[in-house]
Amino acid sequence: MKNEWPLWEVFIRGQHGMNHRHVGSLHAPDAEMALKNARDVYTRRNEGVSIWVVEAAHITASSPEEKGAFYEPSNSKVYRHPTFFDIPEEVGSM
Amino acid sequence: MYAQMVKTAGSGVKSPEEMTPEERDFQDRIDRGEKIEPKDWMPDDYRKTLIRQIGQHAHSEIVGQLPEGNWITRAPTLERKAILLAKVQDEAGHGLYLYCAAETLGVTRDDLTEDLLAGRMKYSSIFNYPTLNWADMGAVGWLVDGAAIINQVALQRTSYGPYSRAMVRICKEESFHARQGFHIMMKMAKGTPEQKRMAQDALNRLWFPALMMFGPSDKDSVHTAQSMAWRIKMDTNDELRQKFVDQTVPQIEYLGLELPDPGITLNKDTGHYSYADPDWSEFFDVIKGNGPCNVDRLAARNKAWDDGKWVRDGLMAHAKKKAAAKTAAE
Repeated sequence: MKNEWPLWEVFIRGQHGMNHRHVGSLHAPDAEMALKNARDVYTRRNEGVSIWVVEAAHITASSPEEKGAFYEPSNSKVYRHPTFFDIPEEVGSM
Repeated sequence: MYAQMVKTAGSGVKSPEEMTPEERDFQDRIDRGEKIEPKDWMPDDYRKTLIRQIGQHAHSEIVGQLPEGNWITRAPTLERKAILLAKVQDEAGHGLYLYCAAETLGVTRDDLTEDLLAGRMKYSSIFNYPTLNWADMGAVGWLVDGAAIINQVALQRTSYGPYSRAMVRICKEESFHARQGFHIMMKMAKGTPEQKRMAQDALNRLWFPALMMFGPSDKDSVHTAQSMAWRIKMDTNDELRQKFVDQTVPQIEYLGLELPDPGITLNKDTGHYSYADPDWSEFFDVIKGNGPCNVDRLAARNKAWDDGKWVRDGLMAHAKKKAAAKTAAE
């Protein structure tokens, strides 16, 4: 009988002040074991000060095929970038 | 190389005219150096070949723990024991990074494990050779991990994102492996005459099996062109092997050991060493399952999987029971 442990995605804060970053995945029966496994698999050389684990099945991802339409609303708003505005040189840095 | 003779799916490299529009876009992305990510469109043959290659690579890391695990309890000092233990633990980690990369392609960990245990998937031929004494721990770290690094450094640039990222992580850890092995060799090569003899013997026995890790010679390698076009193979077998020889010969000389192949000479014009090929009939025989340790290695993996079943099942049952109790309480 198939009884595979669920897949968990692992996020690690590398050092204080940084965001958690996705580092990989692993299998574990529950959250507590997933944290312990993540420590053993992904922080053997002091790579982290904090670990998040989340069951992979709970992640919703955007779809690469819809990438054009999905990001379109902001693509057309070039004025959101500071380089849109020409400021005369004599004003100095802004 | 931890993946050898990976069968490339499909009928070979297609010309742009033979490709579908999707295949052409895909190849263009690869040619531009873009990474392919799990949810992106990819040809079935690319997916299949990568599953074979990453799976075989992962299996090599896991089976590769066995020849070194053999010496943990007999390490000569507590420090060497702690180092070897850390190295073997790293190999387990490397196997896990790679299994998780393979899983993004739509196979499960258990599928891959079962394919290995049933002999449907391979692991590197090198791990079918025995580790006879402590000097082999030096030679394995130095030569086997050294050869693996050459292959894996190139694969950091592979087209498949999760594979590439696993390689980056692995390469960071791998140089510890090679250095600890060379350190053992230095100690023994400069030790008593008996220790030096052991170091020489380990080098002599493992030299040709290490050369075999890169796979058959280019003229006999049928899987290269398509895999290189897909950038899941970055250099040919002979190119990588030459790099390994060029890097290793000066290290042998530094150790004051004799060259394991008397034919090794430096070609002043090319700057490369010429060397003798390993016995390819032995290589194909080991791949087929007839190496010194094939049966033992697979038996050890099967035993570990079977003996661990009650633990895997027990932990899963416990997790389900706890989750049910939590739901009931809410």
